[in-house]
Amino acid sequence: MEILVCVKRVPDTAENEIEINSDGNDIERDDLVYSVNEWDNYAVEEAIQLVDEHGGSVTVITVGDEESEEVLRREMAMGAEKGILLDDDAFEGSDGRGIAAILKGAVEKGNYDLILTGAQADEGYAQVGGMLAAMLDYPYASLVNMIEPGDGKLKVGREIEGGNQEVNEIELPCVLSIQTGINEPRYVGIRGIRKVASVDIPTMGASDLGLDAGSVGEGAARVKRIDYFVPEMGEGAEMLEGSTEEIIDKLIELLKSKGGIK
Amino acid sequence: MAQIFAYILHSDGALDDTALELLAAAKKIDANAEVTAIVTGSGVDDACSKAAQAYKTVWKMDNEALSYPNAEVVRKALINTLPADAIVLMAHDTFGMDLGPGLSIKLDSAFASDVVDIEGVEGSTMKLIRQEFSGQVSAHVDCDISAGAVINVRPGVFQAAEGQAGEVVDKSGEIGDVSAKRKFVEVLEAEAGEVDITKSDVLVSVGRGIEDEDNLEIVFELAEAMGADVSCSRPIVDAKWLEKARQVGTSGKTVKPKVYMAMGISGSFQHMGGIKGNPFIIAVNKNPKAPIFQVADVGVEADILEFIPELTEKVQEL
Repeated sequence: MEILVCVKRVPDTAENEIEINSDGNDIERDDLVYSVNEWDNYAVEEAIQLVDEHGGSVTVITVGDEESEEVLRREMAMGAEKGILLDDDAFEGSDGRGIAAILKGAVEKGNYDLILTGAQADEGYAQVGGMLAAMLDYPYASLVNMIEPGDGKLKVGREIEGGNQEVNEIELPCVLSIQTGINEPRYVGIRGIRKVASVDIPTMGASDLGLDAGSVGEGAARVKRIDYFVPEMGEGAEMLEGSTEEIIDKLIELLKSKGGIK
Repeated sequence: MAQIFAYILHSDGALDDTALELLAAAKKIDANAEVTAIVTGSGVDDACSKAAQAYKTVWKMDNEALSYPNAEVVRKALINTLPADAIVLMAHDTFGMDLGPGLSIKLDSAFASDVVDIEGVEGSTMKLIRQEFSGQVSAHVDCDISAGAVINVRPGVFQAAEGQAGEVVDKSGEIGDVSAKRKFVEVLEAEAGEVDITKSDVLVSVGRGIEDEDNLEIVFELAEAMGADVSCSRPIVDAKWLEKARQVGTSGKTVKPKVYMAMGISGSFQHMGGIKGNPFIIAVNKNPKAPIFQVADVGVEADILEFIPELTEKVQEL
């Protein structure tokens, strides 16, 4: 099975406090730790496990600049054979539809049976996989937490409300968005990344993909972020202040009065 | 203004809470909008008549093929019936995530999801508010609706609107070919766990801030000292450190304790969606920007790895 996994380089929210810059038009990016989008890591791991068991190869792809190469190499160190970087000034400012259109161009240059994305990324739209599938006229399933290959199709589980699992049969080729928890992504050390440091990663732009530059990028975007702001918080929590001992004393009084300590 | 539609979630003849939240969202787009509800399924007369108590028009799409809401099938029914520049609202839940993005492509309309507020429409621009980076910051977003839009609305953020009674229009004959390359097989119910956290009065709930599986011990010690049960947020289950039955959230259990202690939990909306009954929420987190502090009653800015053992010791002394 030839599998393409779409990944994204994002600020790591577990490692960073996100601050808004002084202009309010972006977050403060200078000291941010970036990593691969958490969901994508599960998607790559799933692809590698499928190929280990059933044969084929895994290609990782991203829309980004040269800094995004590091996330491709990281995922290649996990076991993806090839990486492709989609980089062009014309791609800048694309909305989800634009990103999906760029990826569609790349999908059509290859011959993939299965395309995986993370269920969502830093902006939380959860959109690119479903858009890409609709553009390709491939079937789609989101929030996938189980994949079992069959003949020309897959049995997939979707995580739905209440921790229940919705089981579907889906024909290949298809697009799936992968939910966290589907597997345990392998650890990648510095040594693993060094091993793939010299592997060539081809870069493709709008003309390589046969894309009209006007169909992607900021000009074509119908959804645009205007600014970031910190919402007025309503009441918010009453923050307990003082020494740890004072805080704990107050907390215990509260717990007692609210029935929190039996 | 283009026509506004709301896709209604329902089960066993009852409408989902989001059904009237979408009406509220539609009124924010246009206070005078006459909104059309869309009810799909098999044997949906009860759901339709309930929707018609609040919506001006209800489109009924009754067909065996729609008996389970398979997004690929529903999408076909919608693109065969909706006008080109429709504004379609739906809940941003596991179904809306499945349906919305692809629907927007097939309708050639704009898509925005996880919308938490709508500030209105100026010309052909809908003014939206979203959150990014796990809820740490909010963003104003402009959405060009000149060719229509699919707007996925976060469940629970709009107060259910009261509408006026309307009528049901049977569109079942117009849904056309709804064959799809994805077939629904079955729903597997979540397994029961060793503890039923849905019955707990006091929960000590642990999140990513615990950092390591070995550290979970301090959480169980605190819970034991308090006479509480241990629950957790999604990352702890993803890491396989605790069983799924202990996960609080829309994709886990819905709990209704008296006291909820969120320890090292950032407080994503999916997590908070699993907490009902207005408990007293205590949050301990080392990140003062964590969204949990917006919803907690009492907060402590601290590293749980240091704070929990000290709290446990004091509770044990009582």
